[in-house]
Amino acid sequence: MSDVPLIPDIKKPFYRLGEKEGLMSWVATVDHKLLGLMYISTAFLFFIVGGLEALLMRIQLGTARNTFLSPEVYNQVFTMHGTTMVFLVVIPLMLGSGIYLVPLMIGARDMAFPRLNALGFWLLFFGGLLLYYSFVAGGAPNGGWFSYAPYSERAFNTTYGIDYWALGLFVQGIGTTLAGINFVVTILAMRAPGMKLTQVPMFVWTTFINGFLIIGAIPPLNAALVMLLIDRRLNAHFFTPQSGGSSILWQHYFWAFGHPEVYIMVLPAFGIISEVLPVFSRKPLFGFNAVAISTIAIAFLSYAVYAHHMFAVGLGPAFEAFFAAATALIAVPTGIKIFNWVFTVWGGKLRFTTAMLYCVSFIFMFTIGGISGVTFAVVPTDWQTTDTYYVVAHMHYVLFGGTFFAVVGGIYYWFPKATGRLLSEKHGKIQFWLTFTGFNLTFFIQHFLGLMGMPRRVYSYPDYPMWSLFNLISTIGAFLLGFSILYLMVMMWWALRKGQRAGDDPWDAYTLEWSTSSPPPIQNFDIIPPVRSRRPLWDWKHPEDPDWKRDHSGKQLAMQRSDEA
Amino acid sequence: MSVTAHTTTVAHHEEPGAPMGKAELGILAFLATEAIFFGLLILSYVYFRVTDNSAPNADILKPNFIRTLIFSLCLFASSGTIVLAEQALKKGNRRGLVLWLVVTVVLGLAFLSGQGWEYAELIGENITPARNTFGTAFFTMTGFHGFHVFGGLVMLSILAGLAAAGDFKGPHSAAVTCVSWYWHFVDIVWVFIFSMVYVLPALGII
Repeated sequence: MSDVPLIPDIKKPFYRLGEKEGLMSWVATVDHKLLGLMYISTAFLFFIVGGLEALLMRIQLGTARNTFLSPEVYNQVFTMHGTTMVFLVVIPLMLGSGIYLVPLMIGARDMAFPRLNALGFWLLFFGGLLLYYSFVAGGAPNGGWFSYAPYSERAFNTTYGIDYWALGLFVQGIGTTLAGINFVVTILAMRAPGMKLTQVPMFVWTTFINGFLIIGAIPPLNAALVMLLIDRRLNAHFFTPQSGGSSILWQHYFWAFGHPEVYIMVLPAFGIISEVLPVFSRKPLFGFNAVAISTIAIAFLSYAVYAHHMFAVGLGPAFEAFFAAATALIAVPTGIKIFNWVFTVWGGKLRFTTAMLYCVSFIFMFTIGGISGVTFAVVPTDWQTTDTYYVVAHMHYVLFGGTFFAVVGGIYYWFPKATGRLLSEKHGKIQFWLTFTGFNLTFFIQHFLGLMGMPRRVYSYPDYPMWSLFNLISTIGAFLLGFSILYLMVMMWWALRKGQRAGDDPWDAYTLEWSTSSPPPIQNFDIIPPVRSRRPLWDWKHPEDPDWKRDHSGKQLAMQRSDEA
Repeated sequence: MSVTAHTTTVAHHEEPGAPMGKAELGILAFLATEAIFFGLLILSYVYFRVTDNSAPNADILKPNFIRTLIFSLCLFASSGTIVLAEQALKKGNRRGLVLWLVVTVVLGLAFLSGQGWEYAELIGENITPARNTFGTAFFTMTGFHGFHVFGGLVMLSILAGLAAAGDFKGPHSAAVTCVSWYWHFVDIVWVFIFSMVYVLPALGII
């Protein structure tokens, strides 16, 4: 087995996905590659919409006492922006990346349940359309992305907006659940011969754990949503305090979903970082086991921290102490990951491609978001900063500077695999610095606005010293950011047609997806390299020094080497 | 009930460590999501029972406890008959498979009829989801359960039709196993609902 030949350098026919069959091949497909790309395209479609909503808000907040949007419209816009970005952008990006990459990374033909996979996508897609139909049906939802009861109840909210919100998310939630189930079963049952569960690439591992998070976290959302719908449409009393119900119950159920959801949105991003950094550092991932186990720890703890979203409710000292401690604790496994990434890069032979730039800046941006996150564990601080722009800044550092930076890094990294063409590195670097500058310009200053007391979700503000200036800077940053995203989309559109041919393995990578052609054929693999370590492609390309001849820890590796010498 | 106990032990003896396929793994993961969903609906019922026990509440169901017990026993027994169906499949006994699937469907229908009867009576007394938190939580929880029973009946009927057409040769079918597990799950959910809503109040515990 050790004398496997190098990858045969055959000129493979170049083709585009779905080229032969036309549009119907996309609509009727059950192929994980097409569905993965459809998830990602859908996410970008909604990203444009959600981004425009963000720009509308930033225009309104550009100066004090602005009258660009009415309070009613502003409420709808911030609700739809949050809901869209969470459920129709980040979730589909995470699911789509997993659905595209997991079978390729584990050497499988497809997901475990291809039809279920297609059903999941279409539920998500139509769930999104259902949500947006609310604009036509008399007004979009206006309760924020967490629609706190009793404001979301019919007594206070008479349009159909919240109903479409609940229905759309319920449909979308079922689709997400199906994808989660599919991930777990695929990774358990479909791995290539010889690939142990402990040998899967880190992205596959984080997606695997994410599957369990989805299975555990989406049902509380679905339960809360049907309860809200029954309240609104059958005049029931789950969340109506005036007739014996409990609005706090909504908060418990929603955040029992909502906090694990935060990790559903970031675990696959951790996986992307753990794939890209090693390849561009020419090293294996440092402390694979620590990264893998800390992922499990995060998944467990994520259920034990949710009530830190509810400190302002007054849960009582015992509750608050428990959730404060758990919130501080979850920073530990997250910190372990940060250190592992730093040590992966440390001493490596670095190649600063655009993908690498995004992934390195992820570490910085996510750390800033992580540090501001820990401050919420301190209950009195949380009371001071809750519902201010400090929270807005925090969550955008985690979700945009964190998750989205990782996703864009992943796009630069895997775009050649999915399309057979490279994104321009020259324009990529420009695009990266535009995004980086725009993002930090928009959100860093919001920390200060929050600490100065500017509340979130209010359509206007008085002309206090510095508030107008800071908000204007944030607005300028937002437009820069919008421009950088437009830049990225034009780049992708151009690269699809005229980009440089990538070949099978443009980055000299380690994992199985790079052993097949770009784009992969319908059956994914003609030959699957033998899997005897975590870097099967490295082993294949370096039969003189394969990973499986080494021990896991660096120390023993050195001893073994000296033995051989 | 003795039938259930007996047949499940037999099943356990005959299938030690049967290899779990994709379908079985998938249905287990699906049932895990369902368990959390129902757990939270039941939790909301218990929460309102404790915090807002204004009349009408579960006490209104006490006079008809025996009727509910009978239709619950139908559902519990159907968990046994579906195991008998699996046994028949294992022996390659097509008629036995069809017979026990049909009996399972009939028992499930009996349960749903009982539930419909109870709903009609309650609604006749103007006890609806809109009445108070008891009505809200009771109808939501039992309604979603009844909806799942109905879904199970659809799947069982399809299985019975396919079995009659000779689609299952035995000894094993992932479809039959998965529907069977789903059916057991629906049954277990009713054990919890029945205990919380009917048995414990009848015993004066909550």
